[in-house]
Amino acid sequence: MYLLQRLEDDPEVQLIEVAKEEEAIGIAAGAYFAGERHLLLMQNHGFLAAINGIVSLAQLYSVPLCMLIALRGHWGEPYPWHTKGGIVTEEVLRALKIPFEYARDPAKVGQQIREAYTFAQSSLSPVALLLTRDLMED
Amino acid sequence: MERSKCLEAIYPELHDKLVVTIMGACAQELYNLGHRENFFYLQHAMGLASSIGLGLALHRPEEKVVVLDGDGSVLMNLGTLATLARYRPKNMVHIIFDNGSLLSTGGFASHTTSGITDLAAIARGAGIEHVATATNPLQFGEAVLGAFERDDLSVIVAQVRAVGPDKYGMDLHLPENAFRFRRHIAQRKQLAVSHEQ
Repeated sequence: MYLLQRLEDDPEVQLIEVAKEEEAIGIAAGAYFAGERHLLLMQNHGFLAAINGIVSLAQLYSVPLCMLIALRGHWGEPYPWHTKGGIVTEEVLRALKIPFEYARDPAKVGQQIREAYTFAQSSLSPVALLLTRDLMED
Repeated sequence: MERSKCLEAIYPELHDKLVVTIMGACAQELYNLGHRENFFYLQHAMGLASSIGLGLALHRPEEKVVVLDGDGSVLMNLGTLATLARYRPKNMVHIIFDNGSLLSTGGFASHTTSGITDLAAIARGAGIEHVATATNPLQFGEAVLGAFERDDLSVIVAQVRAVGPDKYGMDLHLPENAFRFRRHIAQRKQLAVSHEQ
């Protein structure tokens, strides 16, 4: 089952779907100012499209962001169009000084998300959990 | 019509609302009228003021959220109008000052110059029901008061001259603005809860 479908069906989650990922950085900042928790879900190409918002809103104003980033274009990727973005994602995260971890084990990903959220809040910084192909259902 | 005069006219109405402005001239003109703890100035990240407004409005439905935007910023994030239409926060007023210019980044012409691109039409096309345009102070005042009273998402496109303040500068660091804005919202929430009890 798709994660988005599960989020839509969860009464404890308000799912806000955007036209482009950078909007979600602003919406998450608004939710943060409002005192609410947030998780951002995007693909790594969406992360690349959202960089100005991450740098010039979240980092500039010390707003925590907990980003779950589906990592395409990495080991095992069959589609050529994902590969260029996939190859540069880790280097871009490092250049932006965004702490990140890889999530590879479905049994551990829940704990990793909680830890990512905690670290975003304590560091007042964007953090990223890279969701690898190992987590994907067939 | 000048944006600074528009801001001056609505300033007394802003004290009980949450206000998000875009960068540069708009932020400075509001600040010059007197900073308040319920003002957040987005001094960069062009295009995201309305997204911040949406995040605030959806999570603080008891507050009225006012976004002071500009044509250059909206043009950088046109998708926001569709997202606003889809989630339709009833407590949000999105004011777009259209000066046809990227004034704060050098004064270059934007796509709305000479009426080439019609932001009000784009907002309507995105699916926003209450869209008003204002070309003079009377129209602007009526549109804003109507939007403040309306229990629905409103967009106002105000045509203003491409002029800004003579001097720039705020005695307010950017993270300080964010920290204080967030704390102020939490205090208002607490106050609202204690009033209910």
